[in-house]
Amino acid sequence: MTVTLFIPCFVDLFYPQVGMAMVRILEKLGHRVVCPDAPACCGQPAFNTGYWDESRDVAVRVLEQFRDAEVVVIASGSCGAMVKMFYPELFAGTPQEGLARQVSAKCFEFAQFLVDQLGVTDLGAQFPHKVTYHDGCHSLREMDIHEAPRKLLQRIQGLELVEMSQTICCGFGGTFSAKFPMISTAMGEVKCDLAAQTGVEYIVSSDSSCLMHIQGLIDRRKGRLKTIHLAEVLAMTAVR
Amino acid sequence: MNSPATQFKHDAVRLTADRRHRQIINTALDKYAVKRDEKKGLFQDWLGARQLAAETKWEAVNHLDRYLDQFVRGLEARGAKVHWASTGEQARDLILGILKARNARTVVKSKAMTAEEIHLNQALEKAGHTVVESDLGEFIVQLRGEPPYHIVFPAMHLTRSEIQETFQQKLGDAPSDNPEELTMVARRVLRQKYLQADAGITGANFAVADLGLISLTENEGNARLTAALPRTMITLLGIEKVVPRLEDLALFLPMLATVGAGQLISGYNTLYGGPRQPGEPDGPEEFHVVLLDNHRTALLADAEQRDTLHCIRCGACLNVCPIYRNIGGHSYGTTYCGPIGAVITPNLRGLQDWKHLSYSSSLCGACTEACPVGINLHHHLLQNRRNASRQKPSWWQKLAFQAFAPMANCRVLWSLVTKVGRAGQKLHPLVLGTRLDPAYAWTQTRDLPPIAKTSFKEWWRHRL
Amino acid sequence: MSERDSIFARVREALTVTAPFPGLPHDATRPPRELPTAADHRRVLPAVGASLAERVALFAKNAAELRADFKVVADGDELATELRRLRDAEGWTRLASHRGSLTDSACATLGLPVLLTDGGYDKHELETCPVGITECDALVAQTGSVVVTSRTAGGRALSVLPPHHVALARRDQLVADLPEALARLRARYGADFPSMISFITGPSRTGDIERILVLGAHGPKKLTIFLA
Repeated sequence: MTVTLFIPCFVDLFYPQVGMAMVRILEKLGHRVVCPDAPACCGQPAFNTGYWDESRDVAVRVLEQFRDAEVVVIASGSCGAMVKMFYPELFAGTPQEGLARQVSAKCFEFAQFLVDQLGVTDLGAQFPHKVTYHDGCHSLREMDIHEAPRKLLQRIQGLELVEMSQTICCGFGGTFSAKFPMISTAMGEVKCDLAAQTGVEYIVSSDSSCLMHIQGLIDRRKGRLKTIHLAEVLAMTAVR
Repeated sequence: MNSPATQFKHDAVRLTADRRHRQIINTALDKYAVKRDEKKGLFQDWLGARQLAAETKWEAVNHLDRYLDQFVRGLEARGAKVHWASTGEQARDLILGILKARNARTVVKSKAMTAEEIHLNQALEKAGHTVVESDLGEFIVQLRGEPPYHIVFPAMHLTRSEIQETFQQKLGDAPSDNPEELTMVARRVLRQKYLQADAGITGANFAVADLGLISLTENEGNARLTAALPRTMITLLGIEKVVPRLEDLALFLPMLATVGAGQLISGYNTLYGGPRQPGEPDGPEEFHVVLLDNHRTALLADAEQRDTLHCIRCGACLNVCPIYRNIGGHSYGTTYCGPIGAVITPNLRGLQDWKHLSYSSSLCGACTEACPVGINLHHHLLQNRRNASRQKPSWWQKLAFQAFAPMANCRVLWSLVTKVGRAGQKLHPLVLGTRLDPAYAWTQTRDLPPIAKTSFKEWWRHRL
Repeated sequence: MSERDSIFARVREALTVTAPFPGLPHDATRPPRELPTAADHRRVLPAVGASLAERVALFAKNAAELRADFKVVADGDELATELRRLRDAEGWTRLASHRGSLTDSACATLGLPVLLTDGGYDKHELETCPVGITECDALVAQTGSVVVTSRTAGGRALSVLPPHHVALARRDQLVADLPEALARLRARYGADFPSMISFITGPSRTGDIERILVLGAHGPKKLTIFLA
């Protein structure tokens, strides 16, 4: 099929390798990948801050770009949740309500798409390291994604998955991380401690924004843990 | 005098830096979580129970006039006197009036968040009454002159040695810091208060409409004694506490205890329907029930937020909230803390003054997941943010978002943003970590990754 | 207009707009069914076995976890023996109770001075009694609870003021679960409810100091339940 990729702003700027990995994987599976020139943002920052009109100005372009897509795959759980779960609410009572529901129905987060839509769990990847998986809150609670990434990780050669003892928010929360930096940092520290307790080398997640926050804290503390996106791990075919 | 928002930021910063405090709270909540999960596991279908509870509360709140009327009739038929207060001030005056009419000087009180909400104790003390909090946790914070730290566990933030010190200072009696011995000190002191008090004041967890009964949940037995011995009993409760039938308690009592305290059911769940009835050997001569509105009808009128009135005040949302776990109950600066507090306080006390509580959340959704009556708490936080921004937009934020739209929507502009961002980052080290740093909020505690040499869109374009 | 009238007016005005029904799509406003039945509750609440033996075992298990003493006795004679044993072990020199078929026998067998609460009593005198012996309306297997009322257990204070509460129950008073207990209360009392009905589950307890369990915070430190 033709898969339309939505690469949100921070993946585009800070973690392009995540998008590249997704393209390689989908093409390897025999699908045609397209990526519209614009848009770059799902509109979540404005939405979360309460500026729904401004959010709609950005989101309506997203809808137009994906109107004719066969299927849309989003490189982030939180942006995925915005399009899939929140667009219908954002556009409720507007002329685009129907289009929002339509786009929402054909939109998936990457791990969800591979496992639940394509029925694929084994991509022949190799990553002989001990890892833990961080569930981004939007992925987990808005999009109900928990099993899919784990099924994928289980099929990776050499990978050992160790779960953290608690499932808890990393503290990024979008603009929250800048508006309430000390609370955000305290929450991130708790997450880093939980990860460190597992004795793993890598923290894997489907959410680059969470990883940016966690890695930012680890680096500041000169810690040794490394963060990596699930798509990057899945694209590993050689021993690293 | 700081604005609530400024005070909040100040307290949050102070408390997140206090690792010892965070450790105490997290240890307490971790212990609770183990018990809670164990009891949840006893239910055959917890999610099913949640759905039934949500439906039952929906029915009660969405037909509130009918059920309130039924509730009051049942009570009055048994000789209880029912009073109505639109505001906290009216409720305080009503209670003062009852105490005066009944010649009641000393008052013993069991735990009631609604009484905290209307600052009842201060009003009673100002009018010359002695008020003694009988719940152990409330008793302790009352001695310290502090507000309760948590809806269910008022003294969660204190260590045994802090409590020993308080008892030594205020009661002159604290043999050790052993929790059992400290509890016995409180028991000794309070026993006399129950016997001597002229009046007992309680809250209520549920108002059973079909029979006109209040339902009161506790573990210590202090509310039982407060309602048994004094000659006057007063119960204060919010109008939203109704449940339609006696049978509904079969669901609510175990759910409240399970997520509230990690127990299958609390130690004492007691129904009160009136003053001492003919033939009964004891009980208050007069039973007064004060029904409080205090902006609850405003919440009722907002159909989007109406389900916040379904809240059974169990504290489950507090216990899972990562913000609460790191800043503690006092930081909120208001009666209802944690997620439910963040949701209702702006609507009860003023949207613009209190919206910061709705903003200080990462919207993780753990609260909504934990709520036994299925209130969509984190979505309500989003709605509060939307309502606050509509009512009084921040001009620079509005401008920033308006400016962002064309940049995000247009290929050329986004490309420019990418290049400018890259260049800007080269200069960043010059201001990094200083107050001139535009990303200071981030870089104060975290490193920022570099913008990639080739962004995804640039790579994609070259590929084609 | 009274406060009552103005509150009702605001409530009615507010309810002219309907709010979405929980668990259904955003625009659904009408409930699809009636309020939950006892059967609905039973499907979700903790399971309880069908036989008496299972229920007794479940009650015993719950009581043990709650630190309540629970003893099943074969008949009146065994109950009398156990009560005397308890009296000697605890060193009671007086007791408080109320008139009733089970309590009359208990008081007689114990042979101690008794404060009977029926018809009224001196609360300071009650405070000096080391034990209060009451009957009850039901035992609930599902939770390990004892149901007492101000009409059938000697008033409001008898089961909570003395530091030891002894509750006497008959076999036919053991019910399976909360729905059954509440149904029995409604059936028994109809429109004429006692002013107080209490579900007592274990001795008095608190975790307010560092979440450490302490018994006997204000109510009884000891709860002994006999099923005869």
